[in-house]
Amino acid sequence: MSRLNSLRELAYHRGQLAALPEARRRLWVCGGTGCLAGGALDVYRALAQAAESRGLGRSVEFKIDLSGCRGLCEKGPLVEVMPEGFFYQKVCPEDAEDIVGESLLAGRPVARLAAGPETLRADQLPFFLPQKRLIMARLGRGRPDQLDDYLKAGGYLGLAKALTLKPEDICAEISASGLRGRGGGGFPAGRKWDSCRLAAGAGAAKYVLANGDEGDPGAFMNRSLMEGDPQAIIEGMIIGAYAVGATEGFIYVRHEYPLSVERLGQAIASAREYGFLGENILGGAFSFDLEIVEGGGAFVCGESTALMNSIEGREGTPRVKYIRSTEKGLWERPTLLQNVETWANVPHIVANGAKWFQSLGAPGNHGTKIFSLVGQLRRGGLVEIPLGSSLRQLVMEVGGGPRPGRRFKAVQTGGPSGGCLPEACLDLEVDFDHLTEAGAMMGSGGLVVMDDLSCMVDVARYFTDFLMGESCGKCVPCREGLLLMSRLLGDLCSGRGRRGDTERLEGWARLLSQSALCGLGQSAANPILSTIRYFREEYLEHEEEGFCRSGRCQGMYRPGINDEACVGCQACLKACPAGAIGGEAKKIHKIDDGKCISCGACLRACRFQAVSAQRPGGPGKGGSHG
Amino acid sequence: MTKTHLSPLETAAALENILASVPAEARHLLALLQKVQARFRYLPEEALEAVAAHLGLPLPRVFSTAAFYRALSLSPKGEKIVKVCCGTACHLRGAPAIIGALEKELELDLGGTSPDGAYTLESVNCLGACALAPVMSVDEAGAGQKTFGGLSPDSAKAVFAKAGPGEGEA
Repeated sequence: MSRLNSLRELAYHRGQLAALPEARRRLWVCGGTGCLAGGALDVYRALAQAAESRGLGRSVEFKIDLSGCRGLCEKGPLVEVMPEGFFYQKVCPEDAEDIVGESLLAGRPVARLAAGPETLRADQLPFFLPQKRLIMARLGRGRPDQLDDYLKAGGYLGLAKALTLKPEDICAEISASGLRGRGGGGFPAGRKWDSCRLAAGAGAAKYVLANGDEGDPGAFMNRSLMEGDPQAIIEGMIIGAYAVGATEGFIYVRHEYPLSVERLGQAIASAREYGFLGENILGGAFSFDLEIVEGGGAFVCGESTALMNSIEGREGTPRVKYIRSTEKGLWERPTLLQNVETWANVPHIVANGAKWFQSLGAPGNHGTKIFSLVGQLRRGGLVEIPLGSSLRQLVMEVGGGPRPGRRFKAVQTGGPSGGCLPEACLDLEVDFDHLTEAGAMMGSGGLVVMDDLSCMVDVARYFTDFLMGESCGKCVPCREGLLLMSRLLGDLCSGRGRRGDTERLEGWARLLSQSALCGLGQSAANPILSTIRYFREEYLEHEEEGFCRSGRCQGMYRPGINDEACVGCQACLKACPAGAIGGEAKKIHKIDDGKCISCGACLRACRFQAVSAQRPGGPGKGGSHG
Repeated sequence: MTKTHLSPLETAAALENILASVPAEARHLLALLQKVQARFRYLPEEALEAVAAHLGLPLPRVFSTAAFYRALSLSPKGEKIVKVCCGTACHLRGAPAIIGALEKELELDLGGTSPDGAYTLESVNCLGACALAPVMSVDEAGAGQKTFGGLSPDSAKAVFAKAGPGEGEA
């Protein structure tokens, strides 16, 4: 491909791509992280072999390709047949012959691989129905490493339009759209853009940065974007650089995502080849180039000032923000930093206008948001919905609710800085404001569903330990406070709780949120504060009775079998590693308390809710309490 | 800090190659250390000194960066690095039990490296494959990263039983 030297050449090339004949039929094998881990590459190879054996090896009519993440990760590997749209789940290499013979060649469905006889296509599934795919539209519909696929799907239309506009008009359009930062803060993007554009005199260096240091446990939205549609991030950054007057940019990618580094690297190289990056972009006066910086495995580097320190080659510790980064950021120069998902929104807004963007989502919270919906639910995966949809819709409709035989307990939103919300909060709108009011936050989009076997004290301990390990140690409240709270939570979860622990914990948590140096430290108390707010009872049971009702904290409960619910299926008996459960098939099972090590395997194995956690003292003791 | 097991000449040659691949600017410190880590599986003392000299930085600055990032290590890591995901979804679906099983199978404590240098067992905050929880990955120098999902303590152990000599299909 030779360099495109003007907007006309770009338009001409786009026309040529559109004129190319479409493949008659195409198989898209999902190449997202989840499907790859589930064996998607083997499926892809088997399909290619099956096609080859039918003489379709180089066919332009019948094609088989790997795409970006399609979203329904829990049912992967996924294969989709286009244009018919047949959507196959849990595909094995052995299915390749049927898929190629029936679907690819004849356009007929292989019903056994679809979700059901009535639901052959993805858009008929409850998982996809409530979704609105804007940022993820190209995931599953294009090859991530082919810039031409991106162009065919409308890529670089935003940049083409931006280059005909004045920088201040682009900033005004972003402001008018109401776009807010997708990394978690929700800060109005337009305000950042304008302040960076106006900072310092013309000619001095400015930078644009993309935050791809997705460190929240339970979240993989950014990863899928970087791996599945890297050009969208790059296009957004070029537009941003043009609008604020930057000539250099960096994408900071998390160390644990080697494939993201590879795909972004490829994408930057092809963007240079086409003339979207480098000197005189598309033949104009504007020059801009991009570099990738790979992180070093530190959660705190997702914080803006720590990220900049890390790019400068220093320890990734945050600094106090007396002065905004848009005035003095990277190397003390004006810097525009946005999350990769925010950047991916930009080309759409510039191409379609602020009005169009405002028609999506809710007032004050425009557009869509990608969520990683995971945990103890039926259907986990990557979901994109308009902001303002309810938590219930996400958890119950899209995710299908808790797994069979279990009850919903909480949904954890916003990663370690967020909080746990109970069933009573399920009708809340998911946006930047409502979840924060409820003591959680939307954050970057992690949603972890928890059922009745999850202990809320244990969850608080999990996040506190996580944050303690990741604290950079610069300020005392975070470094020492998290350590104290972790110890206390450890005591509560092992039956060593003391009277007043819950209150003590609450006090320390408040202190931390008021006194920590950076945003991560200030929000580090949220997991504790939100679980105490909504699940105080569970804390008090741990503190006063040494009882864990969820059967999670070892030694703090006694598994008991409810004779009326037990069907004698032997599932618990087989799961017990201590051989403590006796009973024949179809007869009620019994647990030998002397042998039981209270590991919880039987609780998780039972599908009839016949095994439950009871107070360690005996069945009588629990009832007399209260 | 430990010295490398390579001869001084080999170490010097390998270091020279790495240093030559990166411009001598302070901002490339982390990238340089990552390349050293990838080559030696840790940061040998002589490498820290060479990096400091190459970039014109004081040794303590190089050392503090080396000590700060989790991806960098001052002691040798195994040929295969086993990372058990302890993200929220994996935690809920039983990551602690996976770690327990692997500690037994590989005869290692979490964070440790086997005496023959074959394995390092680590936990990782999140591998970003949450829908398949619990998940682990195995990184092998030269062979890239493999991810295993939907694990049980037994299936996690089986991943390594297969690789071992004389073991049947698990």
